Amino acid sequence: MANKLIVSLSPHVHNDDSVQRNMYGVLIALIPALLVSLIYFGVGAAVVTLTSVVSCVFFEWAITKFILKREKSTILDGSAIITGVLLAFNVPSNLPVWIIVIGALVAIGIGKMTFGGLGCNPFNPALVGRVFLLISFPVQMTSWPKIGQLASYVDAETAATPLALMKMAVHGDVSALEQLPSAWELFIGSHGDLAGGSLGEVSALALLIGLAYMLWRKIITWHIPVSILATVFVFAGLMHLSDPAAYASPVVHLFTGGLMLGAIFMATDYVTSPMTHKGMLIYGVCIGFLTVVIRNFGAYPEGMSFAILIMNAFTPLINNYCKPKRFGEGKKK
Amino acid sequence: MKTFRIGGVHPAENKLSAGKAIQVLDLPKQAVFPLSQHIGAPAVPVVKRGDVVKVGTKIAEAGGFVSAPIYSSVSGKVSKVDTVIDASGYRKPAVYIDVEGDEWEEGIDRSQTLVCETSLSPEEIVAKIKDAGVVGMGGACFPTHVKLCPPPGAKAECVIINGVECEPYLTADHRLMLEKPDEILVGVTLLMKAAKVDKAYIGIENNKPDAISLLAEKAQAYPGIEVVPLKVKYPQGGEKQLIDAVIRRQVPAPPALPINVGAVVQNVGTVYAVYEAVMKNKPLFERIVTVTGKSLKNPSNFLTRMGTPMSQLIEAAGGMPEDTGKVIGGGPMMGKALANTEVPICKGSSGVLLMNRKEAARAEAQPCIRCAKCVSACPMGLEPFLLATLSMHKEWERVEKEDIMSCIECGSCQFTCPSHRPMLDYIRLGKTTVGGIIRARNAKK
Repeated sequence: MANKLIVSLSPHVHNDDSVQRNMYGVLIALIPALLVSLIYFGVGAAVVTLTSVVSCVFFEWAITKFILKREKSTILDGSAIITGVLLAFNVPSNLPVWIIVIGALVAIGIGKMTFGGLGCNPFNPALVGRVFLLISFPVQMTSWPKIGQLASYVDAETAATPLALMKMAVHGDVSALEQLPSAWELFIGSHGDLAGGSLGEVSALALLIGLAYMLWRKIITWHIPVSILATVFVFAGLMHLSDPAAYASPVVHLFTGGLMLGAIFMATDYVTSPMTHKGMLIYGVCIGFLTVVIRNFGAYPEGMSFAILIMNAFTPLINNYCKPKRFGEGKKK
Repeated sequence: MKTFRIGGVHPAENKLSAGKAIQVLDLPKQAVFPLSQHIGAPAVPVVKRGDVVKVGTKIAEAGGFVSAPIYSSVSGKVSKVDTVIDASGYRKPAVYIDVEGDEWEEGIDRSQTLVCETSLSPEEIVAKIKDAGVVGMGGACFPTHVKLCPPPGAKAECVIINGVECEPYLTADHRLMLEKPDEILVGVTLLMKAAKVDKAYIGIENNKPDAISLLAEKAQAYPGIEVVPLKVKYPQGGEKQLIDAVIRRQVPAPPALPINVGAVVQNVGTVYAVYEAVMKNKPLFERIVTVTGKSLKNPSNFLTRMGTPMSQLIEAAGGMPEDTGKVIGGGPMMGKALANTEVPICKGSSGVLLMNRKEAARAEAQPCIRCAKCVSACPMGLEPFLLATLSMHKEWERVEKEDIMSCIECGSCQFTCPSHRPMLDYIRLGKTTVGGIIRARNAKK
């Protein structure tokens, strides 16, 4: 009996948390937004999401097996599925299948597996895929179907997005901001006569439900999403006060484009965000600031993806300088 | 409700034996006394083979100032002075005594009467504690008299009594507080006198409401003693965490000591030993030990003579279950897994925990996903993932700069890691190596 005892160092217990629990938790939090996209975009949303998830999981499996030649497959840890869903959420619902497959290959292949897989990638894989597509296929990536065409896919009728109108206002079109939907329409995602944008970002409400779920399950902390949203609100608000005809109100900024999706699901990616609460706040404030700068002054109407990728690059630096407050420091009595 | 301010986790409490009154365990056939049962120099044996000893006979002398004498817990004959594998897994010198009868040294007051009054001076109290071999009984086994002799320049302001028992499963301190409250309170007044302070706090987590109300009610008769209920959070029983929780002061990084913020911390088991040493003339040779585990028939609390093999406690609690995978000396967060169950009960043995094979197995480690949950959990404000990785890569200089020596090895990081990474294994490696480097550097100076 005695020689069968296991001897290992403490601690001998674990709280039963796991990578899978966190990853599938994020997926559960994405369900409200997925449902909204299915209700608004119908078959287009279904085809795009399914294509993206299947190709991301396939590329992760294939690269692990044939290029990295690892015995153990990682596709069940849920991270490739998340990348697939997030990539789909960041593209228009009329994007052709072949473009999505290319996006998935770039996201998983270049964004994630090149660096060694889960935990090693410096940039958010879904955003790497998305930005690659945006630069390579600018036309397809910026034609936005109007909401409510449940039976159409690539043939869907398109319209301008609120962000495009906001850009026109910045460039001197004084009547542009008047055509914006009401804040409530933006919040629930119906968008009036305009297009909603990428398929996962239309409803701020659905995304906020996801945020509440992740906070409740302690999958993420409030620091990153709150600091991003607060910064955007304050900075966009100051711009708006300086010139209400050119710069949209901060409420419109909060509820349009990829801001909610990015702040809640993309910037909070464990692997590419800072490790300390102080670092998370700096990271969040910078993302919020860069987003408004790009939206109001940049060439692109939306700045969320670029802002997150830029700050991903700064994460190691932030980690180096933002140390947690050590016990007993500065409290001598 | 008060608690410490940085990090912390909440493991399942599993206090299976909390409702079980303390039982007196039968005498062992042979008692084994390792000579290193405390931090500091090993004790030096003063008996040899064939000597006849009684219960309470000194069998080893303190080996220095930071050391403690060891007393026999049984009467009988010294069979050999040899070595034994103790809870640390190392072979250590030890005295073996074959038990015959149960004859006590004269002068030990075996009555149950509470003795409250003493005319001893602070110095005399410290001397009695030192002579009785009392060490910290929460697990660290630091000689108690050393804590009561502050280094020059430091002054104690209060005594903090550790009744937290934050380790899951363990209930020895809880039972002691319920069954010996008056003795503990008298012990606290002795420590207050010895440390020359007029304020003492007893910190108890609020998962022991019966102990909190009992001690709070009785403490009204003792001026200066205050019971402080604490929110349940691990590792609140850590000395630094307890001080922070109770008096809102943080002990600076090593080599600073609790006394540098004016606190002297003692475990309730130690307080009881102090009472017995000073008022009953009884040296430290028995203690309360929790024997517990989900598969065990009768999880219990035993008043155990030192030197009793753990196997005897397991037998008394219903025998070793078939599916036992791990036997732990202490609690599940900081206890040590034992290679065999013949390890003797020592001054710091607070519990014996049996885990079944399923509980005992570690899950496979996955890559770090940089979720930062270990950073949030660390009660010392460190970055466990970084310390572990740097130690793995043998970056000793960098890992020292990242304050690895502040780690208290509480295990909160590894407990909370979704990737099941064996962080503390590597951090211990780093601490040991960096500790050696620091000692070598200091020796050169």
